[in-house]
Amino acid sequence: MIALIQLILSRVALGLLTLLIVSAVIFLSVELLPGDLAQEILGQRATEESVAAMRRDLGLDRPLIERYVSWLGGALRGDFGVSLANGRAIQDLIGERFINTLLLAAYTASIAVPVAISLGLAAALYRNSIFDRMVNVTTLITISFPEFFVGYILILFLSSKLGWFPGISNIRGDVGFFEFLYKTFLPALTLTLVITAHMMRMTRAAIINLLARPYIEMADLKGMPRRRIILKHALPNALAPIINVIALNMAYLITGVVLVEVVFVYPGLGQLLVDSVSKRDVTVVQAACLIFASVYIILNLTADVLSIVTNPRLMHKK
Amino acid sequence: MWNDLKKAPLTAWFGIVTIAFYIVLIIFADVLAPFDETSIVGRKFEPWGAEFLLGTDNLGRDMLSRLIYGARNTVSIALVTTMITFALGVFMGLMAATLGGWLDQLISRLVDVLMSIPMLIFALLLLTIFGTNVVSLVLVIAILDSTRVFRLARAVAMDVIVMDFFEAAQLRGEGLLWQIRREILPNVMPPLIAEFGLRFCFVFLVISALSFLGLGIQPPTADWGSMVRDNATLITFGEVTPLLPAAAIAWLTIAVNFVVDWKLHQASGLKS
Amino acid sequence: MSDILLDIKGLKVEGKSADTWQQIINGVDLTLNRGEVIGLIGESGAGKSTLGLAAMGYAHDGCRISGGSVNFDGIDLLNLSSAQSRGLRGKRIAYVAQSAAASFNPAHRIIDQYTEGPVVHKVKGRTEAKKEAEVLFEKLQLPNPHTIGFRYPHQVSGGQLQRAMTVMAMSCKPDLIIFDEPTTALDVTTQIEVLSAIRNIVDEFNTAAIYITHDLAVVAQMADRIKILLKGDQVEEAPTAEMLDAPQEEYTKSLWAVRSLKSPIKPAPAKGDVPLIQVQGVTAAYGKVPVLHDVSFDIHKGRTVAVVGESGSGKSTAARVIAGLLPPSEGQVLIGGEAFPTHFKQRSKAQLQQVQMIYQMADTALNPKQKISEIIGRPAEYYLDLKGKAARERVRDLLFQIELEPDQFIDRYPSELSGGQKQRIGIARALAAEPSFIICDEVTSALDQLVAEGILRLLQKLQGDLDLTYMFITHDLATVRAIADDVIVMKDGALVEMGSREDIFAPPHPDYTELLLSSVPQMDPNWLTTVLNGRAQER
Repeated sequence: MIALIQLILSRVALGLLTLLIVSAVIFLSVELLPGDLAQEILGQRATEESVAAMRRDLGLDRPLIERYVSWLGGALRGDFGVSLANGRAIQDLIGERFINTLLLAAYTASIAVPVAISLGLAAALYRNSIFDRMVNVTTLITISFPEFFVGYILILFLSSKLGWFPGISNIRGDVGFFEFLYKTFLPALTLTLVITAHMMRMTRAAIINLLARPYIEMADLKGMPRRRIILKHALPNALAPIINVIALNMAYLITGVVLVEVVFVYPGLGQLLVDSVSKRDVTVVQAACLIFASVYIILNLTADVLSIVTNPRLMHKK
Repeated sequence: MWNDLKKAPLTAWFGIVTIAFYIVLIIFADVLAPFDETSIVGRKFEPWGAEFLLGTDNLGRDMLSRLIYGARNTVSIALVTTMITFALGVFMGLMAATLGGWLDQLISRLVDVLMSIPMLIFALLLLTIFGTNVVSLVLVIAILDSTRVFRLARAVAMDVIVMDFFEAAQLRGEGLLWQIRREILPNVMPPLIAEFGLRFCFVFLVISALSFLGLGIQPPTADWGSMVRDNATLITFGEVTPLLPAAAIAWLTIAVNFVVDWKLHQASGLKS
Repeated sequence: MSDILLDIKGLKVEGKSADTWQQIINGVDLTLNRGEVIGLIGESGAGKSTLGLAAMGYAHDGCRISGGSVNFDGIDLLNLSSAQSRGLRGKRIAYVAQSAAASFNPAHRIIDQYTEGPVVHKVKGRTEAKKEAEVLFEKLQLPNPHTIGFRYPHQVSGGQLQRAMTVMAMSCKPDLIIFDEPTTALDVTTQIEVLSAIRNIVDEFNTAAIYITHDLAVVAQMADRIKILLKGDQVEEAPTAEMLDAPQEEYTKSLWAVRSLKSPIKPAPAKGDVPLIQVQGVTAAYGKVPVLHDVSFDIHKGRTVAVVGESGSGKSTAARVIAGLLPPSEGQVLIGGEAFPTHFKQRSKAQLQQVQMIYQMADTALNPKQKISEIIGRPAEYYLDLKGKAARERVRDLLFQIELEPDQFIDRYPSELSGGQKQRIGIARALAAEPSFIICDEVTSALDQLVAEGILRLLQKLQGDLDLTYMFITHDLATVRAIADDVIVMKDGALVEMGSREDIFAPPHPDYTELLLSSVPQMDPNWLTTVLNGRAQER
C-alpha cells in the first residue's frame, strides 16, 4: 500500500513538473519573436523612444526569470495580464468562454464515452462479424473527415434543409439547461462523431488484445458462461486500457473543440484563441495555450493515476 | 505485388484507384483545369452551369479549376511536410535507440514535453510567433508531428536492438552506420511505411484545419481548407458547393486510410 | 457403466494459416479408461496439445475440429450445445496449462479462482469449496495453506502457482484432467515437486488424465500408457514399461537413442599449460542487482566446459562477462593469457574475433532480412577481408561443414529454414570468424530432441576438426553428460563445484549438486517414487 501511494505521488510530481516545463516553453516561445513584444505591438516604424517606453510599461526591461515567475504567479491566480489588441484584462475575456468550452466538452464526452466504449466492446466481442466489419469501415471513414466537414454537413442537412437545429450556437445571455442542450446540439454531435470513431477503434483493439490472454481461455476451459468471462475475467483487467483510451481521446476533443467552435460561432475559448492568433495577440494566445495544455496534462495525469489504481498487479504489490 | 493486389479487399481497391486519380489531377492540373487558378472569371457565387461546371466562389473564380489546383497545392504541401516529419523523426529515433545513454534520455524527455501540449494548440502558438506563411506552416507541423514518428521509430528500433542478431553484429565490431543500414532499417521499414500513410493523413488534416481557420495556406493560392472557409456562407442557404473541397480532403484521407488498413492487416496476418 | 471414459475416433483438426485450412491432426484414435493416465509424447508440431484440447471438445481460436468423434462417458462432445459443453468443462473435464502465471487471472485472488468452478457449476457452496481448497493446498505442500489462497497470482512463485493450478483443476473432482506440459517452464528442482504433487492427487482421487509432454523421462513417471505422435499422426502406443523396453517403430527407437549420446573422455590438460580462458575473481551486477559473486574458473584449449545451473544462477552472465557484454565490477578475464578490455567496445578487431557466440533462440539470432550468404559471409568479409567470389566460396565451405547443401541454402532467407537448420547457420556464422573460443548459450534447449542431438554431434565433430574450445551453458544435465569434458555447477551467482565430467557425476557431491542431479528425471518408471522415498527418509 505504501509502495502504491509512493508510485502515485511520484506520478503526480512528474505531472506537476511537466506542467511547469510546459508553462516555461509557452512563456519562452514568445522570446523567439523577431524583435520583441514592444516592437511587435508598435510596428516597425515606431520610434526608439516609444518602443523603450512600451518596454518599460510591459516590464520587458526586467530579467527573463523574474518576468516568467511573475507571469506564472499571475496565471495561478487567474491573472494573465492584458490583451495586446484591446487592452482588456485577459481574465475577463477568458472567464466565461472557458466555462462554455468546458460545458461543450462535457456535453460531448457524456454522449461519446458511453457510446464509443459499448460499441467498441461489441465490435471486439463479435470480432470479424458483419457488424465488426461495418464498424471498421464506418469508423475509418469518419476519422478521415475533417471536423469542419462533419460540422458543415450537419448544418447543411439538420439546419439549412430541415431546420431542426440552429446552425449557429448563440448562447449569449441567459439560457436554460435544455435550451443550452438544444442550441449546442450540432457542435456536440460533430465532436461526438469524430471522437467516437477514434475511441471505438482503440477500445476494440484493447479488448481484442485482452481477450487473447491465456487466462481468458482458461476461464473458457473452466466452463464459465460467456457473460461471466466478460464481466468477471475480462472487465477488471480492461479498466486500465479503457481509461487510457478515454484520456487519449479527450486530447482529440481539445483539438476538435477549437475547430468546431469556429464552425458554429460558439463563444468558447477555442474561438478566442483562433481570433487572437489572426490578430497576433500574443498574450491572449499564451494564456489560452496554457489553459488548454494544463487541462490536457491534468487529464493525462488523472488517467495515469486511475490506471495504476485499477491495475491489480500494481494494487497488490509482492 | 500483383498477386497481393488481386487478393486485396474492395476497400483497398477503392483506395488505390482514388490515389491514382489524385496523382493524375496533380500532374495534369494545368491541362485539366478549364480556368486559371487565381483569375476572376465571373460574378460571385454563380450557380452550377455550362460555363462554370461547379459555379464560382466568393470572388468569382471558377470553383472546379480551384478544386483541381487545390489538389496540387494542398496535397503537395502535406506530402512535403510528411517527408520532413519522417526524415526528422526516423533519424532521431534511430539515433536515440542505437546510441542510447544520455542522448536518448535528452531527446526522449524533450519529445515528452513537446507531446504534452496538444499539437494544434502548440501549432497555433508557434504560428502566431513565426507568422502564417507556408514555410513556417510546413516547419512547425513537421517538427511537432515528428515527435510521434520519433516514438515509433525508437520503439521499433528497440525491438530490433534487443534481438540476438543485433548483439552479434555489435560484438563483431560493426560500425554504427552498418548497424543501422543492414540490421535495423530492413527490419523496421514495414511498420514505418504504414505509419507514413497514417502521418500523411494526420498532417493533411491538420494543415487543412489550419487553412480553414485562415492560419495555413494563404490566399490567393487555391487550397481546399481555405476554400471551405471562403464559401461557408453558402451552406446556410442549403448549397452543397462549399462542401466539395472538404469532401475532396475526406476522400483522399479515406483512400490512404483504407490502403494502410489493408497493409497493416496483411502484416499482422503474416506474423501469425 | 463401462470402463471406457474417453473414446476419440478418427479425430481431425485443422488450423488456419494464411487464409487456408491446414491439417494439424489427421485422424487419430485415443481411448482412456477411468482412472487411467495416458501420456502424449511428440516433438513440436506433433499436435499433442491440440489433441488434448480436442478431448474437451475444444479447439483454439483459429482452429476447428473437422472430423471424427469424441465420446466422453457416453456423451458425444462434438454435438453439444455451447451451454452443455460449458457444463462439462471444468466440472467433469479439467485443464492444467503450461504457464500457470499466464493462465491465472491477475485481477482475482487464487482462492476466488478456485471456488468459482464449484459455485458456477453448482457442485458445492463457496464456504465448503474454500475449506476443501485449504486441505488440497496442504496436501500439495504449499506453504501457508490457510492463507496462500488469499494472495494474488503474481504474489506467488512459479512452482507454487503450477501446484495451485493443479489444485484448481481438482476443485469439482473431475473424471478427467488434461495436463498440458505443466512442468516444461520450471527448473528441475521445482519440477520434481510439481510432478509428485500431480501424481499424488491423481492417485488419490483416481482421476483419469492425459499428460502431454515432450520429455520421455517425465512421462515415464506419470503415465500408465504412452502414445507417440508425429506431425498429427500416431506413431505407436503401448503400456509404459513395454514402450520403454521394446519400442517397435524406428521413430520411437531414434527418440530413445538420443539419450545415449556421450562424448569420449579426453586426457586431462597438461599441468603448466596456460588456460585459454581465465576468469579471475569476477563480481558483476545488472545495475544494482548483483548477479555474480567472486567467480573464478579456467577453460583449457580444445575442451568443452559445461556451465550448469538453474534460472538465476548466473551462468549466462558469466558468459556475457567473458564476451565483454557486461563489464565486471571486480576481477578480470584473461584470454590466451592476455587481459582483454572489459567492455567489448574497447576490444580490437583481433580480440573480438577470438570470442564468438551461438545463441539459444535461432529465430532471433539471425537477421530475418538477410540472406544466408550475407549472414555467414559478413564475418568472413569483416575479419578476414574476403570479398566477392572468395567470400562466397568461404560461405559454401562453411555450409558444407555444417552439413547443409550449399547450392540449396546459400540464397535463402532464415524464414525458409527449419529450427535445426537455423541453429546450424548460427554455428556457421561463429565459425566464419575463425575464433579460438565459442560460447554456446543453451543452444539446444529450444530444439526438439532429435534435432538437438544432431547439433551436439555437429559441434563435437567441428571441435575435432578445428580444435575449438567451447563454453557450453545449459540447464540440462543430459546435455552435459553428452558433450562436456569439464563441468562447472553454479547457484545464485556463485560457484558450487567444478571438475571433470567423471568427478562431478560420481559421488560424493555437495548438497546442491546432489539435489540437482537427483532431480533430473530418469527413464526408469520407478525413478520418482525412489527419489521421493529417499528424500523422505533423510528428513
